[in-house]
Amino acid sequence: MRFHFKTSYDTDIDLFPDWGKRGLYLALLALAAGLPFLINDFYLGEATNVLIWAVAGLGLMLLTGQTGQVSLGHSAFMALGCYTCVLLMEAGAPFVVAFVLAGLITGVVGAAIAVPALRLHGVYLAIATLALAILADDLIVLLAPWTGGVNGKYAPAVTILGLQFNRWSNPAAWYWLALVVVVLVTWAYRNILRTPLGRSFAAVRDSEISAQAMGVDVARTKTMAFGLSCAITGLGGALMGLFSEVFNNETFGFLISIQLVMMIVVGGLGFIHGAFLGAIVISFLPQLLSIVTDTLGRGVAIPGLESAVFGGLLILFILFEPMGLYGRWLKIRVWLELFPFARKDMFRRQKSYLKTERLR
Amino acid sequence: MSLLDIRDVTLKFGGVTAVNALSLSVEEGQVFALVGPNGAGKSTVFNLISRFYTPFGGSIRFDGTDLLALPSHRVPSLGIARTFQNIELFHQATVLQNLLVGRHRHRRAGMVENILFTPRVREEERAHRAAVEEVIDFLDLQPYRDQRIAGLPYGVRKVVELGRALASKPRLLLLDEPASGLSVEETQNMRWWIDDIRRQMGITVLMVEHDMGLVAKVCDRVLALDGGRMIAIGTPAEVQSHPDVIAAYLGTGAISKTADAKGARR
Repeated sequence: MRFHFKTSYDTDIDLFPDWGKRGLYLALLALAAGLPFLINDFYLGEATNVLIWAVAGLGLMLLTGQTGQVSLGHSAFMALGCYTCVLLMEAGAPFVVAFVLAGLITGVVGAAIAVPALRLHGVYLAIATLALAILADDLIVLLAPWTGGVNGKYAPAVTILGLQFNRWSNPAAWYWLALVVVVLVTWAYRNILRTPLGRSFAAVRDSEISAQAMGVDVARTKTMAFGLSCAITGLGGALMGLFSEVFNNETFGFLISIQLVMMIVVGGLGFIHGAFLGAIVISFLPQLLSIVTDTLGRGVAIPGLESAVFGGLLILFILFEPMGLYGRWLKIRVWLELFPFARKDMFRRQKSYLKTERLR
Repeated sequence: MSLLDIRDVTLKFGGVTAVNALSLSVEEGQVFALVGPNGAGKSTVFNLISRFYTPFGGSIRFDGTDLLALPSHRVPSLGIARTFQNIELFHQATVLQNLLVGRHRHRRAGMVENILFTPRVREEERAHRAAVEEVIDFLDLQPYRDQRIAGLPYGVRKVVELGRALASKPRLLLLDEPASGLSVEETQNMRWWIDDIRRQMGITVLMVEHDMGLVAKVCDRVLALDGGRMIAIGTPAEVQSHPDVIAAYLGTGAISKTADAKGARR
């Protein structure tokens, strides 16, 4: 176990408490940056997919994990981010400009939608946002002149300063592009967490009434959380569309929303690491399943197997490990740090004290 | 002019009149207590000041500002902080983070600056942290600084909630039953803290409390409520001996009848 001898408030304010942690994450970053030299193109494509899912997942994590608002409509914002980015690029905007603008526009639209939606709580908010996801699907079809409808759209070539990004001819470049976006989003996410903004999100999540009594404007905070969350998810959607090269209304169907929710729950709600672990599960589970069915079922495809396994996994995690994979890792780490003094009931959830439900 | 001035405020929930034409004024530097039996409307008065409820009539002014014209999240920015009867902390956060939320009204940097973590934000964070550390020292919360609320005992949570209110550097502190559920020693501590809050920090305190021992020791003025109405006001001793207060707490007639019956049986 490591004890920090703190000599300045900056120890707590900085991103990493010491050089050990900083070194660990720098090494991880170096490994991630060097990945194209270590694995073949197929797995590099999968790794890019993981990073793209992680961006979208971080968006939903900010809303659900940090602010406590459920959304089953984030596929709609992925779609919005994607179509905005592609349409801007077709209109002649350079990729970087189109990409950033797509994030901003998705964020603004998300915040505008949040104003009426966030009057709803819990399951009602989930239903309302689910409607949004289904509506988005139809809207894409209805707006066929711009979106290509069910026929879909081909993503334009991504170029930054004359450098071409093509997933087939130079997959490493695409991977690095996704990595840069992930790192920037994660950095921004961490900044949100260590500032008054992130604390007001957590305050709204844990007790709206006392957040208000401390001067937090609950409606405004929720709107900001929704807007930021949609912006990040929009960036993820833009990357996903561009990476898949051809996309239509079904690319961003509402099942994507469910997958996003599953991803953050399985990964660990409220943890940045959780979004990444969830992204790994989401990306590699289908591969794993096909390997299993290949060996056991001699290649007979079972329709709906993927959804069933995803659903079953979600239920199992909610029942047995609500803190997700990252929560499990934290427990293992504490167990190892304390070895052999860890007690069995150390992580038993405590019954919490009465909370006032009268004021809402 | 008084710091907090409530005039003729009435609030009804359906057929129940929670607060009935209540007027009270708290002077700067006072420790003022609201007492009364359960359901007398004490917490409702707090929720009116916090603007969780809007009264049917009357006015609430704080240092000349009309509170009724403000939404509830603007009230703390005037310098009013409060605690809750059933502790309302942010359970998933650490003690430190909870206290830092108390600094919310002092933040200056906007959303974009926060996301980019500009040097100004760091400067502000240091200032918030220094202010919070003062509160931690004052309330002896050092051992719990990095612990999550979810694992803390009740007594400590109560102190953390007081700390969160103090971290906002208020002018008026509303304490809703600060000693409820506390042990004798913890109640003692609470008493000294309330004394120090008034003397050292110069904060005016308005509190709801059932423990008359505590009220008698720390308060200058006491107002007794029953059924939303003021029944007595004065020093703790005056209010405690007021016949209407005794009647409200112990009932009239019935008690003497049982006493008579007991006497008769004997």
